[in-house]
Parts: sequence; C-alpha cells; structure tokens
Amino acid sequence: MSENILEVNDLVKHYPVTQGVVFKKTVGQVKAVDGVSFGLRAGETLGVVGESGCGKSTLARVLMNLEKPTAGNVVYKGQDISKLSGGALRRLRRQIQLVMQDPYTSLNPRMTVGDLLGEPFEIHPEVAPKGSRRAKVRELLDLVGLNPEHINRYPHQFSGGQRQRIGIARALALRPEIIVCDEPVSALDVSIQAQVMNLLEQLQGEFGLSYVFIAHDLSVVRHLSDRVAVMYLGKIVEIGTEDEIYERPTHPYTQALLSAVPVPDPTQRHNKTIIRLTGDVPSPISPPSGCRFRTRCWKAQDVCAEQVPLLEIRRDSDHPSACHFAEKREIVATHEV
Amino acid sequence: MSDILVSEQSAPGPGGSGRPSGRLLEVDDLRVEFRTRDGVAKVINGVTYHVDAGETLAVLGESGSGKSVTAQTIMGILDTPPGFVTGGQVRFHGKDMLRMSDEERRRIRGEGIAMIFQDALSALNPVFTVGFQIAEQFRVRRGMGRAEAKKRAIDMLDQVKIPNAKGRFNNYPHQFSGGMRQRAMIAMSLALDPEVLIADEPTTALDVTVQAQIMDLLAELQRERQMGMILITHDLGVVADVADRIAVMYAGRIVEEADVYELYAKPAHPYTLGLIDSIPRLDEKGQQLRTIKGLPPNLMNIPPGCPFNPRCPMAQPVCREKVPPLLQVGPARASACHFAEELVNRV
Repeated sequence: MSENILEVNDLVKHYPVTQGVVFKKTVGQVKAVDGVSFGLRAGETLGVVGESGCGKSTLARVLMNLEKPTAGNVVYKGQDISKLSGGALRRLRRQIQLVMQDPYTSLNPRMTVGDLLGEPFEIHPEVAPKGSRRAKVRELLDLVGLNPEHINRYPHQFSGGQRQRIGIARALALRPEIIVCDEPVSALDVSIQAQVMNLLEQLQGEFGLSYVFIAHDLSVVRHLSDRVAVMYLGKIVEIGTEDEIYERPTHPYTQALLSAVPVPDPTQRHNKTIIRLTGDVPSPISPPSGCRFRTRCWKAQDVCAEQVPLLEIRRDSDHPSACHFAEKREIVATHEV
Repeated sequence: MSDILVSEQSAPGPGGSGRPSGRLLEVDDLRVEFRTRDGVAKVINGVTYHVDAGETLAVLGESGSGKSVTAQTIMGILDTPPGFVTGGQVRFHGKDMLRMSDEERRRIRGEGIAMIFQDALSALNPVFTVGFQIAEQFRVRRGMGRAEAKKRAIDMLDQVKIPNAKGRFNNYPHQFSGGMRQRAMIAMSLALDPEVLIADEPTTALDVTVQAQIMDLLAELQRERQMGMILITHDLGVVADVADRIAVMYAGRIVEEADVYELYAKPAHPYTLGLIDSIPRLDEKGQQLRTIKGLPPNLMNIPPGCPFNPRCPMAQPVCREKVPPLLQVGPARASACHFAEELVNRV
C-alpha cells in the first residue's frame, strides 16, 4: 500500500443557525460534517457517495480549504492545511484542485477559454513563464479533447460536456496531485457522461492523479473508484474497497442505497428486492442520538439510540462499518465483464 | 406516414384525420418548431406514438431530443411563441386535440390527461397550501363545497401515502420534503382520475431511495386505476424497471420503438446501442464504457439524411443522403435506421 497523501482526521464542520436581525443569537448548529476520517492514497480514486444533505459537498469545500473546519484537520503530506497562510497556502493550492458540478455557473461568462485557463498561471507564475502561456493553454485544450483553435471562444459557445472539459483543464493547469471532483458528471447527458468519465480515467493514468470523487450516482462511483466511503447525515457509515462496498456491504444504509439503484436490465425486474426505507433523512440540526440511521433502520434496537456505533471492523465484516449489527448481505449480483 | 406506425393490433388505420382507432392517446406525425431570433429550431420532426389504458410507454431521450416538448404539446401548454405546431395530430379517444376549442381542451386536462413535472417545488404554487391546491380542483371542476372538497383532498393525500394527511393539509409546499412534494403533485394530478398520466422526469431531482418510493407509488396507482402512462426520462435504469414499451427519441424523431425486453436485449438502432453501452452499471465490474462520439445536432441545423449519421459508427454514404423512416423490423418493434435488419439479426 502506498502512503496516504491526504489525511482527514475527525473532521467537523458546523454552521451556526441564527435568529434575529439586530441581536443575532445562535440557536443551533447545522452539523454538516460531524467527525469524518479517511486517508487518500497516491494515485487512487476515493469515491464519496451519499444522498443530498449528507455533507459530501461541505467535505469538498473543507478539503479545498475554502472553509475552515470547526474541529479536526486535513493533513496534506504532514501539513495541516487549515493552518497554512501566505506563500505556503498558495503552494498548497497548486496541489489540490477542484472540478465543480455545474459547468454552466463555474465558468466566468465574460472570459474567453484562453483567459480562463491562463488565469491559474497568473497566480502561479512559476509554473509557466509569461511567454509560454498561450502554448500551455493550447496544450491543455488538446489534452482534454477540445480543439486548441477554440482558445478565443467564450463558455456559452460550448456545450455542457465541453464546458466540463474546460473545467477539468482548468483543474489540471497547475499539474496538481489531487483533484477533488464534486459531482462532475451529474449535470451531463448519458452519452456525454461516459466521455467525461473516460477522460478522467485517462488523465489519472497519464499524470498519476489522486481523485476524491464525490457523487450521488452509485453506478458512476463504482465505475471510477478504487475505494468508496458512504456518508449519511455528516458521518461516514461504511468505507472499503469497491468490492467490499458493492459486493459485501455490511451497513444497512449502504444495503438500502444499493438495492434502490435501478439496473438497466428489464430481466432483473422481478428477481431483485428493494429495501424500502421509510420516512425522510432527519434534520442535521438535531440528528438522532446514537446511530443517526436508527430512525429509518429495520435493525434498530435500544443500543442504537444509546451508543454511537464506531466506524470499525466488526465480527461479520472485513472492512470498517459503523453499525452495531454489521452483517454481510449480497445486494448486487455482480458479474465480471 | 401511417405506414410507419407500429401497431401490434389490427386496429383501424390510424392515418385518417380524426377517424377513431380505438386508441386512448395517439400522437401522429407531430411537428413542432421554435421560431427564435436566431432562426428556426425544428424541435419535433414527425413523432408518432400511442399509449393504451393500463400500459406504460417510456419516452427515452437526452436533453434537446424533444421528449418534453411532445408532452407539452399533448397537454396544450407549449409556449407559443416561440413554439408552433406545424403539422400532425394529437388524438385523444380518436379526436384531434389540436383542432379543439380551448374550452374542450380544458375539459380534457386533468380529467382526461394529467401531467406531473420534474421539479415539484416550482410546479406547486408557493403561496397556497398544498391542501388548498388539491381541493381547488374538486371545487372548480366537480362543483363540491369547501368541506367536501377538503375531505376528498385529504383522501388523495392519503392515497399517495403522505403520513398524517389531515395535519399536512394546511402546510405550504416549502414545508414538505422533496419526496413529499412529488407525492403532493401526484395527488394533485390524479385528483380528477385521469385516463392518461404524463410523468416528465418525475424522479430526476430525487435521491435514489426516494426515487424508488415514488416509482413504486406511481406503478401501484397506475395498476389500481388502469391508467395509461407516458414516462419521459433519460434514465435507462428507471425505464428498465417500469416500462412496457419504449420509444427512443433523437433530434425530434423517434429512432426506435420496441418492447422493453427486446430493446435492452437487442437494440435495433445504433443510438440505442450506444446509449446502453455508455452507462456505467452497478452490477458490472471492470466494464469498459464505450462512448457515443460527438454531440447531439444543433436543432437549427440538423444534418441531412439520418440525424445521427455524424456520430454513428455504422454510417454509410446512404445515411448522409436519405432520412431513414421508422419501419417495422419485427413484431411490435420499429427502427429508423437503414441498417436495422443487420443490427437485429447480428449474433
């Protein structure tokens, strides 16, 4: 196993909920991320899955140092990133880049592609001297499968898939080691989604990138990830290799999530059972005591309300799972292709 | 164009204008264009499909394929301008809705054909309570009094399994979660017991566990009421779970129509084949994603011949010259490809 290039330790991010206009007082905390730990190894893709509101995008923002964590830390090669400032922070930013979900709002409509992709070099002039920047930008466009002749076009002249390629090129410009992808393909059409996923894989092979791949689509995450973390209400409930999570899930939430994914094969219609969860995700302002999933869990016992289940390897599981009653169950009949 | 309609029963020919064919809802050679400042976009270029009572037709396509515009034309909610119907018919019980008076069409909406939308938050009026919006239909369309309408509305909320329907009656849409809002919208569309329900991407904005709940609910309500359902979606997974028949749309045309099992087992159009090969699957490991190269065409400038030819791996010179008609390639299936036979017969 290679070394962890990024380590996340007990990361907590709470947002205050305030009341009143003049005399604001804090009446609660949105516990968006509430004690998350994992390591990212060099060259691997860590998938982070979960439903809306589980804290996956907040996690991305903290990893990018766009938000300061309430507690815990993110350590990149031995440095706590939230403690860095000035030149050290600028040097760090070169190494961790972000690809955003919406290619329509993440590109400035008044800048040409050449300006958009050249901007990282203005901030980090040491990467490319002034004279060579246009050439660099053309190289980047070529790399992500766009026509270098289109360097003077504006974002609105590109389709959604092409814009996402521009977003990826921008993230690649400074040759980072880590790219955090926050739902990079969910706004794209099916036929375009595959093109962008293949591009991400190809670039990873070429530059040895590590990805933190955040998505809600479990099929996409399976396709791209080496390891997968499943989040629910601000916590990781299960983490393991792709095989461990998809073939031997042990947390009831992971099992329910996997069972609900429609498989594009009508012959499977009648021989699969969907585990139906009742109710909605509780509010992250006042999450349930003990295990956060217990209000929707069919296995819930008294102990689940009293004790927070730790994310650890248990008797019936070969990978960390945060359930008192973790137990293997085959949900997806996987076949090799 | 009647020869290209796939008909599995020997119903009276659908070609004539307004002749009843025994079909519940038929779209026949529909053409719609959008006249914009930049030019004319040909959004629907001869779409023909039908749905019968108790069956689910899935209309599958990517953004810009015209699947939603077809639905809007059926419902009579197409924005005009810029949208104009330039040809074809939409027949409900054999009567062409496009030639009806506004009053006649209004009577069909809700009772004959109802629609649910992708984004329930913007489809519901934020300043009225959910209960009021459902009860309003009973009062206006059924002439019921307040108390009775309220009772019926609560009953509808119950049917879509909203917990504590009575207490929820006076809630505003923003007080509902995403899944509940979708349920409320389903309750509203089913209030007048429509014969056809058009569901336009009903679960696209929802999380996967909620999506499963909503699709279940729709299937159950459809069975109970023997409704015809048109499910508009881009999700091949959802389609595989619920559809009886599938119509695949590309650049404003139906390129393939088939029974759900046949379509997945042996697509008869290269576009369908490309779509199926390009989605990552939860149950497959080490799968190679094949892609469809290029982009969907600009609807203001659709390439001559087959609209898919610039992206098609099988394209031949004939594909650039002749538009392939939607022809029958087997019992109850049709494909608009010059090489459909080869595709179907390949091993």
